[in-house]
Amino acid sequence: MSNRVVLDPVTRIEGHLRIEMTTKDGAIDEAWSETTQFKGIELVVKDRDPRDAWAFVQRICGVCTAVHAVASIRAVEDALQYPVPKQADLIRNLVLGSQMVQDHVIHFYHLQALDFVNVVGASKADPVKAAAIATSIEPKYDLNSVARFTEVRDTVAKILASGQHSLFTNGYWDHPGYLLPPEVDLIGVSHYLDALSFQRSMIQINTIFGGKNPHPNFLVGGMAAPINMDNEITINQVKLDKIRGLVDESLSFAENVYLPDVLAILAAYKDYARIGASSPNYLALGKAGYNGSGYPTNSGFTPGALFDGKLDVHEFDMAKVEEFVTSGWYDYSAGNDKGLHPFDGETTPHYTGPKPPYEWLADRDKYTWSKAPRYDGRAVQVGPLPRILMAYVQKDAETVEMVDPILRSLGLGVADLNSTAGRILGRAVESVLLARQMKVWFDQFVTNIKGGDVTTFNPDKWEPSTWPTSSKGVGFAEVGRGTLSHWVHIDDAKISNYQCVVPSTWNGSGRALGQKGPYEEALSNGHPLVDPKAPLEALRTIHSFDPCQSCGIHVLDAEGTEVAWAQVQ
Amino acid sequence: MLIPDKDVWVTGEETLAEHLDRRGVSRRSFLKFCTAMATVIAAGGLSTGDALAASVTPELIARKLGELKKPVLVWLQLQECTGCMESVLRSGDTTVEELVLNLVSMDYNELVMAAAGDNANHNLDVANAEDHILVVNGSIPLGEGGAYTTVGGKSAEVILRESAAKATAIFAVGACAHWGSVQASRPNPTGAVGVDAIIKDKPVVNVAGCPPIGEVITASLVYALTFGAPPPTDTSGRPLFAYGNRIHDFCPRRARFDAGEYVQTFDDQAARDGACLYEVGCRGPETFAPCPITQWNMHTDWPIGAGHPCIGCTEVQFYDRFTPFYQVLPQVKVPGLGVEADATKVGLVLLGAVGVGVAAHATATAVWERREARAADKVNVPLLGDVVTRETSVPAPVPPPDSPPASDTAGTAGTDGGDQS
Repeated sequence: MSNRVVLDPVTRIEGHLRIEMTTKDGAIDEAWSETTQFKGIELVVKDRDPRDAWAFVQRICGVCTAVHAVASIRAVEDALQYPVPKQADLIRNLVLGSQMVQDHVIHFYHLQALDFVNVVGASKADPVKAAAIATSIEPKYDLNSVARFTEVRDTVAKILASGQHSLFTNGYWDHPGYLLPPEVDLIGVSHYLDALSFQRSMIQINTIFGGKNPHPNFLVGGMAAPINMDNEITINQVKLDKIRGLVDESLSFAENVYLPDVLAILAAYKDYARIGASSPNYLALGKAGYNGSGYPTNSGFTPGALFDGKLDVHEFDMAKVEEFVTSGWYDYSAGNDKGLHPFDGETTPHYTGPKPPYEWLADRDKYTWSKAPRYDGRAVQVGPLPRILMAYVQKDAETVEMVDPILRSLGLGVADLNSTAGRILGRAVESVLLARQMKVWFDQFVTNIKGGDVTTFNPDKWEPSTWPTSSKGVGFAEVGRGTLSHWVHIDDAKISNYQCVVPSTWNGSGRALGQKGPYEEALSNGHPLVDPKAPLEALRTIHSFDPCQSCGIHVLDAEGTEVAWAQVQ
Repeated sequence: MLIPDKDVWVTGEETLAEHLDRRGVSRRSFLKFCTAMATVIAAGGLSTGDALAASVTPELIARKLGELKKPVLVWLQLQECTGCMESVLRSGDTTVEELVLNLVSMDYNELVMAAAGDNANHNLDVANAEDHILVVNGSIPLGEGGAYTTVGGKSAEVILRESAAKATAIFAVGACAHWGSVQASRPNPTGAVGVDAIIKDKPVVNVAGCPPIGEVITASLVYALTFGAPPPTDTSGRPLFAYGNRIHDFCPRRARFDAGEYVQTFDDQAARDGACLYEVGCRGPETFAPCPITQWNMHTDWPIGAGHPCIGCTEVQFYDRFTPFYQVLPQVKVPGLGVEADATKVGLVLLGAVGVGVAAHATATAVWERREARAADKVNVPLLGDVVTRETSVPAPVPPPDSPPASDTAGTAGTDGGDQS
């Protein structure tokens, strides 16, 4: 006897995601990943100045916030063959890197943790015991004190006793799937609050170089923040000192709090290394924070894919990226069974679902606003775990050195990483490695300044009169949720075609070429779901991908919209 | 209902008085308890000379206890990017944890709430059924029968209307909720509109920006909690405490503008000396926002401080009206001036309106006059921030296109309109 279960809204994610499932005997049989929002930004950016595009497409997502802007300027610079000063490259890396560490921290504590950490448990914990546990696993973290844990426990207890539970209202607190001792729950809730403070300061690197966050400013041809060590308003010693402190602080938090917390929590939920296995194919073009124009180079390892759970690297070929609309509400002029390369992409949104309000979408072939990217005809996972795996199989020293002891301590093998736990772990490991890399980038930036290199912008190709009449380009970036690419055509100094292929379409897509998308695959095939009314296990697995559905609703400019566009002009 | 104590009072669905009533504690017994409490408090007041305490009555206590609830907050996210919620997470003055744990009970917000699916929808239904403060992020796409954004199978429009019905105050936070933002820019593929295009029977406070500064979002709410009413606003619905002055009025580079010291190209010597960004497209003169004062991310810096021109993100239709971003001002038709004005003219008009050394005063006057204008239903000049009126704030005649600005006002700001490509 199969039952239909709807999870909508999936909360604690970015954007609007609906999961429809059929369940049988306490497990999920089939699952459908359904993006229920569409904005059409790629239609909006068409016919505009390519130097402006970053500010439009950046607003695809306010959680990733820096990443679409970076991919956009890289794509435009590729099209215009526009070289960027070395210092501007480093500033972009520092902005993107700090945003990613901050984003990973927010994801774990504020979006994922309540799936594993029980707030009610925390309210009953012994702060003395909690402090003893916490200082044993995280001896370098100052806030693991009896005083702090007492304060947090009392705050939580007061909220629960008040009868108004605010954001905790109607959580699944009596679900049997919560396994942590109350003291570890208290540590988790306490660090949830600490992490709110942490992310507020960590992101200030974006503010110094980009003026604000969310949505910091970028610039085609470089970066706008000038360096002048002898001026008050420019990048100077005061600002460098602040950045150094923030870099140190983020490394400290990632190493001394975030990763140990993840290890402690996963140690209690080892089952989740056997739950949530998804498509055994991975795509990763570089280490976290890589961003560049054209085919990825110097990205930390050979860009490529792993297929069928095997560890042989298939070197990346841009021609093998295709997008399908078999499950998405779009039409292709050559037929909806075709796949299109992003440079040839077309999109005509065509909603064929039921008129809202509706009860069920998945009995139709098309059920989502996400298109389905496939690499070499395969559904692939992208994200922190694929990046860590790719570095690991290529014997990247810092990665191997970090991953091996962790796997040993948890009693896991590399194959176990294709799981809910593996994806959570990959994100935490990556945060530490990326925070270390931030120090490398920052030191290089300062060394360059000492050597007299203070150039942050190249004016040579700024004027459209210097541009070719017709050009196209691609920018790749390895960002919080995985491999991001923007593909642009520029004709007569205007954007004639713009397309984004983004991590949350790679991971969150619907069916194509007879394969489920990675979210769907992870949730199907007997994934546990004890109580359909309290779908805690499903939330754990969905959250392990860090969904970002606003990113997953890229619509491209469509030949079918030419007429409408002409009318607007 | 998956919480340890399944009592609805504990879940916040009813007040203490309602709860006691439902549990069989009679109103009479409750008042008896209140009388006893009043006696104790009043006695204390008499002995300490505290007149207020001495005047406490059983009725007052009963009322206060009966009301013993934090304001319920419903925080919707419709067609948007979550950047506004992220901005709230960054607020360092009233922090998000202070807001949602101490000041209000945020019973519905998709980004942070523990509940999901049916439980989340239940929370929303319960909150919608009682008085609550409503915050909305995101626009409302009207195309395709609402299919461009649905949550729980319902369209954004239906969700908004249901939550607005019993809302005691409505805050449209961010450019999407204000006017539709990037997705409402041409050609607006989904038919996106802002909250006040749907909700006509209640005032909507527009906390403007893409996104707004976190501290401005939280302060807008705390203002309402403190004073019992939302903050007063300008004609675009924006709170005066944050949007009463232009970026230009308090810009630390203003002296460079007045002195005619302009960045001509990014990273030129003028840029490295901290000169004015007007010539590379700064929209500060047309943008009403608190960025130079409040700054961003716990007062760390702000866009112009970091060398990039303001793109004017607190202004309606800025993606269309203010682009291309790196030109001095786009070619625009200026309603009210009745001319096809170019960037230079508009800049000159603006400069003439404000003048040197009296910027703050002039703007304050303009705000005051705008209110007057609204009352008198005068014609606004939307390009100038929906604020200044033709009659009162553009006193100078439009100069011929090629004439230099008056030397005592604008420096060289009015030079030719930039890199028309």
